Amino acid sequence: MTPGTVYLASGMALIVIGIACAVLKRNLLRMVLGFAILDTGVHLFIAAMGYLPGRTAPIADEANMFSDAVTMTLDSTRFVDPVPQALVLTAIVIGVGVTALMLAYVVRLHAREGTLDVGAFRRLKW
Amino acid sequence: MIGRVVTVAVLVGLAVVSWQIVAGGTPAELGDVSRHYVERGVIENRASTLVTSVVVNYRGLDTLGEVAVLFLSVSGVAFVLRRFHGEPSAPPTPSSEIVRTGARLLVGPMLLFGIYIFVHGHLTPGGGFQGGAVIASAVLLLLLAERDRPLPHAFLSWLESTSGAGFVIVGLVGLAVVGSFLANRGVAGLGEWNRLFSAGVIPIVYTLTGLKVGSELATLLDIMMRGERKEGGR
Repeated sequence: MTPGTVYLASGMALIVIGIACAVLKRNLLRMVLGFAILDTGVHLFIAAMGYLPGRTAPIADEANMFSDAVTMTLDSTRFVDPVPQALVLTAIVIGVGVTALMLAYVVRLHAREGTLDVGAFRRLKW
Repeated sequence: MIGRVVTVAVLVGLAVVSWQIVAGGTPAELGDVSRHYVERGVIENRASTLVTSVVVNYRGLDTLGEVAVLFLSVSGVAFVLRRFHGEPSAPPTPSSEIVRTGARLLVGPMLLFGIYIFVHGHLTPGGGFQGGAVIASAVLLLLLAERDRPLPHAFLSWLESTSGAGFVIVGLVGLAVVGSFLANRGVAGLGEWNRLFSAGVIPIVYTLTGLKVGSELATLLDIMMRGERKEGGR
């Protein structure tokens, strides 16, 4: 099992745990936590998609990383994929915003109904 | 009960399918787009951190959308948690001497560290969002230490909107000068590789992003801790 597979498997495990938590729990706070775990799993999975064994982080801070020092062309066989990392950077910020919004709704619902049990909110049920 | 069984069955199915994806493993080589970004990133942007060069330059428009989503979610929280008339606010418990003294000691260095992170976004791991988050955690410490001190809402609101507008203006300058939104080459001097004053507009955009994210998250924390105030202006 290569490290890349371990990262992918951990990400997928976190995704399944997060979905299970969000779907099976009845407490609203735990459902929000489930979504947060799902978020983390997706981030780990996407970042692992760009993992290439034996390569370094995509930061060119040494002169010997150039394959052509005159034109400053970087040696592309030395770095992992920067695109998934950029995607995860975006996804983390969006995840924080969505979690904050969900928590705000939970606070409002608790103030209104006095409970966090999702079964108690029957107004939209048919 | 039957719903629970069905849910668990679906989750097990999901786990089996995902195992097929995982067994495929990670790719062995960079894709074409990634290889272009890696090989030409330093030539085109002079930014040492290739992730920054993707986030701020190649996919800068996505970052503008991301900033907009963060703004919308903070506005949403402010709207949902606004205080209704006659609803009393719980009196804050005063924090201990240790927290207050520690906060006084730590808030300055934490703010400075956040600014360091977003100013060096093109040289080291980090950037506007990370620096903004560090600044917001300094504000959280301040809020925890002195529960009754009001944040300067007018200033935060001004800072947030000015830096957001600055981001768009930098993009429009690129559109006017070079002909593409958020262009880097030809707009500002790229400078020398691996220096603080280099990489063209990338440090400018990341500084603006850091200020915007920091002020937004600070407002968010303040709303969550004690509800929207009348002078909040939002």
